[in-house]
Amino acid sequence: MSVMKRVSLIFKSKANKALDKMEDPRETLDYSYQRQLEMLTQVRRGVADVATSRKRVELQMNALQQQQTKLEGQAKQALGAGREDLAREALSRRAALQSQYTDLETQYHSLQADEEKLTAASQRLQAKVEAFRTQKETIKATYTAAEAQSRIGEAVTGISEEMGDVGMAVQRAQDKTAQMQARAGAIDELMASGALDDVTGPPRDDIQAELDQMRGGQDVELELERLKGEIGGAPKREIEGGQVDGAAQASPATPAEQPQAGESS
Amino acid sequence: MIVRILGEGQLRVDDSATDELNVLDAALGKAVDAGDEQAFRPALAALLGRVRTLGTPLPEDAIEPSDLILPYADAGLEDVRELISGEGLIPG
Repeated sequence: MSVMKRVSLIFKSKANKALDKMEDPRETLDYSYQRQLEMLTQVRRGVADVATSRKRVELQMNALQQQQTKLEGQAKQALGAGREDLAREALSRRAALQSQYTDLETQYHSLQADEEKLTAASQRLQAKVEAFRTQKETIKATYTAAEAQSRIGEAVTGISEEMGDVGMAVQRAQDKTAQMQARAGAIDELMASGALDDVTGPPRDDIQAELDQMRGGQDVELELERLKGEIGGAPKREIEGGQVDGAAQASPATPAEQPQAGESS
Repeated sequence: MIVRILGEGQLRVDDSATDELNVLDAALGKAVDAGDEQAFRPALAALLGRVRTLGTPLPEDAIEPSDLILPYADAGLEDVRELISGEGLIPG
């Protein structure tokens, strides 16, 4: 049998069961309305869950991006200092983060789409619930139990179908969100364990440590040169040594002697 | 007739489209019954696409049962199988 018809039949039998349950059709209306309000709450909660999940992914994306920017800076710094090996290491770590980032980006767009769909579904249901409430009051005020029977069939079947649809959409979104939460949790754990961020995290950042060490080494060498000049140098050197301390004094010779070599590495 | 695409809402489609939709629906049904993944996705996309093109969305506050109900757009073959078996997919 046709897919469309089979799906329709499943929904109809579900709605019919709801209708059959009640002795007084007017009770059916009230019961159905209560269910609609519950479903509305459920959908809104679903939208909020998806939004929370999306924000979490967004935060992780930002964190990864910051780390990538930092690694790129380190690669530049390493290249500037002639350390291509270190630059290569920084860039390859950045590439690894990029693939994580791309994965998160896909999740983000998927969550965003879910959020939009659920929001639209929530608005549709809201509009229908309001319309149903009006119809329900009219039917209850106007008809006897027997007359109401035929009147409520369509309304209840229609709204029950809507609720089934929305309920499934919420369920799907929540299943997906739960999966993504698990993956987001895994990335959080990776970051916490240092597998991802000890690349750049201050305490365990080996690339930065090596760059700092290099710079420190150069500074020491520079300082050594300066001291050597001060102790054993010609009178001209002594003057220059004095000028380094009193840096405000301008002299053509000074810029070359300033510890700028350390800065530019 | 009124057609619902699950997850998207209801559309009013002229009855004259019935034959055309039945052909697309039959192709989808065949793919589902045969468990043919490759045929399934394009068949579902074709059916939904045609309904979206031919149909006019119902007003948001309309409460009407649908004549036909179609699976949601990103449903997989297994999802559709569960859907038509009626097991556990529709809450409430």
